[in-house]
Amino acid sequence: MKNRSLISISDYSKEEIMQILEIAAEFEKKPHQNLLNGRVIASLFFEPSTRTRLSFESAIQKLGGNVIGFSSAATSSVQKGESLKDTILTVCNYSDLIVMRHPVDGSARFASEVASVPIINAGDGANQHPTQCLLDLFSIKKTQGTLENLEVTFVGDLKYGRTVHSLVIALCQFNTKFHLVSPVELKLPSAVKRHIKEANLQYEQYTDFSEVIPKSDIIYMTRIQRERFPDPLEYEKVKNAYILDNSMLNNAKENCRILHPLPRVNEISINVDDNPKAYYFEQALNGVFVRQALIASILGLK
Amino acid sequence: MNTKRKELIVSAISNGTVIDHIPADKVFQVIRILDLEESEKEIYFGTNLVSKKYGRKGIIKISEKYFKPSETDKIALVAPTATLIEIRDYEVTRKTTVNIPDSIERIAKCFNPNCITNKEQVPTKFKVIKIDGEIKLACHYCEKNTSQNNMVFN
Ligand SMILES: [Zn+2]
Repeated sequence: MKNRSLISISDYSKEEIMQILEIAAEFEKKPHQNLLNGRVIASLFFEPSTRTRLSFESAIQKLGGNVIGFSSAATSSVQKGESLKDTILTVCNYSDLIVMRHPVDGSARFASEVASVPIINAGDGANQHPTQCLLDLFSIKKTQGTLENLEVTFVGDLKYGRTVHSLVIALCQFNTKFHLVSPVELKLPSAVKRHIKEANLQYEQYTDFSEVIPKSDIIYMTRIQRERFPDPLEYEKVKNAYILDNSMLNNAKENCRILHPLPRVNEISINVDDNPKAYYFEQALNGVFVRQALIASILGLK
Repeated sequence: MNTKRKELIVSAISNGTVIDHIPADKVFQVIRILDLEESEKEIYFGTNLVSKKYGRKGIIKISEKYFKPSETDKIALVAPTATLIEIRDYEVTRKTTVNIPDSIERIAKCFNPNCITNKEQVPTKFKVIKIDGEIKLACHYCEKNTSQNNMVFN
């Protein structure tokens, strides 16, 4: 992985993904390691995402690195009309690695083609968010002991949720059985389902949530956004059908864990938070270890 | 006179190209993607013609025009069954079927308005893929697929 950008989770082979997860587990045991020793990492957030930015910056500082950059386009030269290419070429002069978040689809891939330093994609529009995918995989492996042969249930907005798309595609390498729960309007797109079919894996689609809970090793919850529905009445009809309440988990498997990419609105009742099966807050912490592992690998320090 | 000559004699062109075996519903799209509307050359076209091989087909004849590979790639994406017949001095000098390219650069636009290729000066790049028999363009940047109906060319 040395000197290679990470733009899309499919840029990495199964072996490379497993290697990152192993290094992340080392950082979990020993988070402070001065591997960067003053190296400079650029953190370019062309659109704000406090959660992702803090996770990256925390990872960089725990590795003993320095961060330069901006947290929104308003405070950068982008506002003066500078092209993405020019911004990237300039920042390459000052940094060893660039972490970037950008509202336009495909912006990170393009940046990686013009940059002289590696790029880590921290989200490009509605397209990819590979470090979220790695932290999801890390969380699944950590709670289940393996990534192989699991039954994974995805709930909510499966049409627009890019974290769902990346994770489904990545799990296709691990003999996963997929349960896809969503309103008809928000089903998993056929382009993503094609990956499941090509891997000859099983999937089932449901509009009702409760029947799949006892089968699930992982329940991956997502938020259904009002603005996804052209007709507000349609939203009103489905908005309460995909809420996970603690009472629904009585017949869940012992090893079952609930994941959520956060932020949560109301799709997981707060009475689930104290259930040992709730894992979404630890999941976010795992993001720091995974990002440490990725930065250290790309810079050839692990 | 051979039979080929006979077929072509109606509105025959002395020099130029005949695009034959176009699916009947794609004739106007082919005219559009090749910018023939803007052309000052002599052009004949027909659609819903009876073909033994394809049922209903379309045909376009353009005088004084021979196509470059980038243009035949565009034809292949919209009308994969098309045949190109080059004519010089009323004789058929070359007859080829179009080949669907594996990838294309610059000639098509990505249909996703939020794609970097539509936001900044970035040349497009696509892999040509087939899903359930339909040709689609998979964008190298935004990773979205542009289907045949949404194809717009530069
Ligand atoms: Zn695109």
